[in-house]
Amino acid sequence: MSAKEEILSRITSALRDAPTAEPIPREYRTTSDMPQAELIELLVDRLEDYKAHVDVVDSARLAATIAERLKDATSFVVPHGINEDWLSEAAPANDARRRTDTPGAVLGIPELDSTDAVLTSSAVSIAESGTIVLDGTGDQGRRAISLVPDHHVCVVPVSTIVRLLPEALPRMDITRPLTWISGPSATSDIELERVEGVHGPRRLDVIIVKGL
Amino acid sequence: MSGVFMGMPSLPVFGDGNLHIDEPFPAAAHRELGNTQMRANLRHATHTIRDKRLKVVGELPDWEELRDAGAATKNQVMANLPALLEEFEKNFTARGGIIHWARDADEANRIVSDLIKEQETTEVVKVKSMATQEIGLNEYLEEQGISAFETDLAELIVQLGHDKPSHILVPAIHKNRTEVRDIFLAEMPNVDPNLTDEPRLLAMAAREHLRRKFLSAKVAVSGANFALADSGTLAVVESEGNGRMCLTLPETLITVMGIEKLLPAKEDLEVFMQLLPRSSTGERMNPYTSLWTGVTEGDGPQNVHLVMLDNGRTAALADKYGRTALNCIRCSACMNVCPVYERTGGHAYGSTYPGPIGAILSPLLTGIKSEENSSLPYASSLCGACYDACPVKINIPEILVHLRGEDVDSRRETKKLPSQMDLMMKGAQWAFSSGKNLGLLEKGLPLGKLAAGREKKIKRLPGIAAGWTQSRDIPAPPAQSFRDWWKKDHQPAAATTEQEK
Ligand code: SF4
Repeated sequence: MSAKEEILSRITSALRDAPTAEPIPREYRTTSDMPQAELIELLVDRLEDYKAHVDVVDSARLAATIAERLKDATSFVVPHGINEDWLSEAAPANDARRRTDTPGAVLGIPELDSTDAVLTSSAVSIAESGTIVLDGTGDQGRRAISLVPDHHVCVVPVSTIVRLLPEALPRMDITRPLTWISGPSATSDIELERVEGVHGPRRLDVIIVKGL
Repeated sequence: MSGVFMGMPSLPVFGDGNLHIDEPFPAAAHRELGNTQMRANLRHATHTIRDKRLKVVGELPDWEELRDAGAATKNQVMANLPALLEEFEKNFTARGGIIHWARDADEANRIVSDLIKEQETTEVVKVKSMATQEIGLNEYLEEQGISAFETDLAELIVQLGHDKPSHILVPAIHKNRTEVRDIFLAEMPNVDPNLTDEPRLLAMAAREHLRRKFLSAKVAVSGANFALADSGTLAVVESEGNGRMCLTLPETLITVMGIEKLLPAKEDLEVFMQLLPRSSTGERMNPYTSLWTGVTEGDGPQNVHLVMLDNGRTAALADKYGRTALNCIRCSACMNVCPVYERTGGHAYGSTYPGPIGAILSPLLTGIKSEENSSLPYASSLCGACYDACPVKINIPEILVHLRGEDVDSRRETKKLPSQMDLMMKGAQWAFSSGKNLGLLEKGLPLGKLAAGREKKIKRLPGIAAGWTQSRDIPAPPAQSFRDWWKKDHQPAAATTEQEK
């Protein structure tokens, strides 16, 4: 008997009393009608609590804000699908600071390690827990680029913000590689004192964009 | 597969590995209680995390509804386990993942070690996994000439300190900052000799120490918090980014997971990802959660394996009064509220799983007759704090009592003569079966008073009851029983009340 067969046969034997389970009661909150202004306020509050830096801007100010956040970076990486308009003030296509990660021409790990920052968009955000979800599509890139550089600048279009986790899950393609980010990397392993910044990016700048 | 069901229920097959306590809990607890530094660290830590948990749980108006959904989901999983496992395997495999099944610790260790050797490397990075600790993977790999580097800060502290974890979420909870600094100074190559004990600097030292390892590792070994049957997705919940490093950068990823970790569908995450972070670290959400489904071309490991582990889980499942222990999502809330854990610490429980959940899970996985694990169900005052805190509503006190019963039964089987306990219980049965019997017995009360002497305390009871008086005195019994007093004092009064009606 293969290990699989044996384990499944042990389970069947263990369940010979044929336990029946009640249906799953889903009485918890699954929808919310929080107005947009409050959603933004809630998300900002949660992210700041995690020690992320947050800007809330109109779409007209986005390129300038990105330029401001990337001001100190001597180099930064962008995913191939990034909206070029966003970079109009930070780095034109030929800017020496800019490194573009493109399928077929990906940046190596040492190259990512020597890059100061990364700029990505995001797929969906959950205001109540201060969580931003990246799904690896073109304007977010593969997981390594938003992990290795020490400074992550992340754009959150207002239309992608929901209040509750149950509202966010239907918007996620679960089979894509997903990363849920709630603040910069942190640990509470020493005396349960939260310290920001261990292995993931130590600096997280979030730009919430109205009208996007 | 169907060919193997002969209608003959097989006997449960128990698990092995780091699940055993080496000495009975009372002795281990006694020793650990002497470590005052550890107790002070623990008290500080468990109280901090308790308060944080209460605060973030209180924020959610639907916490109880989430717990109900969580408990029901896990019960569903256990009732439908074979079908869900098949469904998960089909989906995970369809997306390029490779599944291995392991009956026990040994088999799992061998599978992982062979997979690592195939990659021709002698170093792997690891992200916190209870399952690999349970099977003793690191020790096994070491024998095979493979070094496994723990990357979670707390695990790193434990590994560098040649210590054992004492908490499932914060394995180094028993060490304070100064002790951590001393371990780093002694064990970390190239560490700054002027390192202070500020947690931020200690975390930075760990970052430096592990960074090269992450960037160059060819193989990572991980655990998993959840597995979604309907999509074949795995999830790892973490804080530091060491998980993301392990799950993203190496070419080969080997995950070891107990078969009970399944959830039926994607929507179940909406319940568990609210329950878990708030119950464990007391945060609204943990900093990072990674989800992956088999292999994604051009993103992350291209050689993705999963080892599905039994190691006694099917035996726990066979115990219909104990099987809900498998619903555990390893949040650690039960240990943070447990008055026994707070004083003895995690080491006293011996097994990988300490605290209230360990007191039921370890003996369920190994069988109550195994070594000293039969003492674990007694490591509780049955106060019920664990049940109230548990996000999936595991009735730990009820299972503790059930396992105590199992233990007593298994002892009786091995002895021909009835034990003193049996005789006492028989006696009690006789006494309480009729008022007359009890009355007869109570006539002996003045004798007890005599035995207590002038101090009005009984200091030593005979036989097994001596255990009771080992650490406490019994006040002398009253000269008169409650029943006698009631009879004398109340009969006439009761009659009066009757007349007044
Ligand atoms: S038994 Fe409940 S409270 Fe304890 S670790 Fe498991 S899920 Fe958490």
